[in-house]
Amino acid sequence: MVGMIGAALAGATGTGHSWVDVGTFVVAAAIVLAGAIGVVVARNPVHSALMLVMTLFGVAVLFVLQRDPFLAAVQVIVYAGAIVVLFLFVIMFLGVDREENIGFEPLRGQRPLAIGLVVLGTTGLLLLGQVSRWTTGAPHVAGVDGGKQSNVYLLGKSVYTTYLFPFEATAALLVIAVVGAVVLARRPPTGANPVTDAPAEAVPAGAMPANAMPAPTEEPASVDAPEPHHEARP
Amino acid sequence: MTVSPDWYLALSAVLFAIGALGVLVRRNVLVMFMCVELMLNAANLSFVTFARTLHDIGGQVLVFFVLVVAAAEVVVGLGLVVAIFRRRANATADDLHLMKG
Repeated sequence: MVGMIGAALAGATGTGHSWVDVGTFVVAAAIVLAGAIGVVVARNPVHSALMLVMTLFGVAVLFVLQRDPFLAAVQVIVYAGAIVVLFLFVIMFLGVDREENIGFEPLRGQRPLAIGLVVLGTTGLLLLGQVSRWTTGAPHVAGVDGGKQSNVYLLGKSVYTTYLFPFEATAALLVIAVVGAVVLARRPPTGANPVTDAPAEAVPAGAMPANAMPAPTEEPASVDAPEPHHEARP
Repeated sequence: MTVSPDWYLALSAVLFAIGALGVLVRRNVLVMFMCVELMLNAANLSFVTFARTLHDIGGQVLVFFVLVVAAAEVVVGLGLVVAIFRRRANATADDLHLMKG
């Protein structure tokens, strides 16, 4: 679909129909903003995640509109395809896919204050952009975009030459993140760590929703078994 | 009439504001995460706009890195949420005020 839009845009801009650009921008911007507002106001976290997909897709269309088809594809594949699916998986896994009472406001005056602050900041930012010129800076410091080479070629060349070290660093970051997620989400063996086990007793078992602790995770008795065995021996 | 970079940057600012508002207002940790993603996307949109305006490939490379960092952040953050859910039944940010969990 992105490719179709890109091809249509390439054909349209080649013949000088800039109204296609404007129309696409307006539609995509409306989609982006509607999705973003939907994420904030939706009561159900699942609806928020689906609205997030809408926003991400709109942003991908805007990427295509700026002659950046590769990042648009990556946006759809990585964000909508991987990250939002991860969100939905965790939402359903934890069983929080129920309506939330948005009207409850524990801190009085938090919402008007937050809205006022955000509106003030945004207005200031837009005015600042309007007064000073929006885009300043030296053109093509890191490498020329455009010309005869394709976008993907330039991006790949830049990543593997100029930005090689950051690229390697992100690889290390991803490995660390995966290890961190495994360590965090792993169920600790009972009795191994008194600090992390103490609050678990404080929470009554009835307070947990049925979906919060699925039955299969309860069963690794082989891990738990050695601990009581050692204690029972003396 | 063409689409000037100003439009993109204004849209990006508004998108960032909506994301920031969501982080400030919402109490569900998962929804707050999604709002952080909104803010990251606003930054990405700005990067691509600047890359096109200044004819500089660096902005697009930076979007690439932001995507990777966002993926890592979501993985670790959702791992934290799962770990929190082991101990308490809800994912409300206001209830998580003890360092001991």
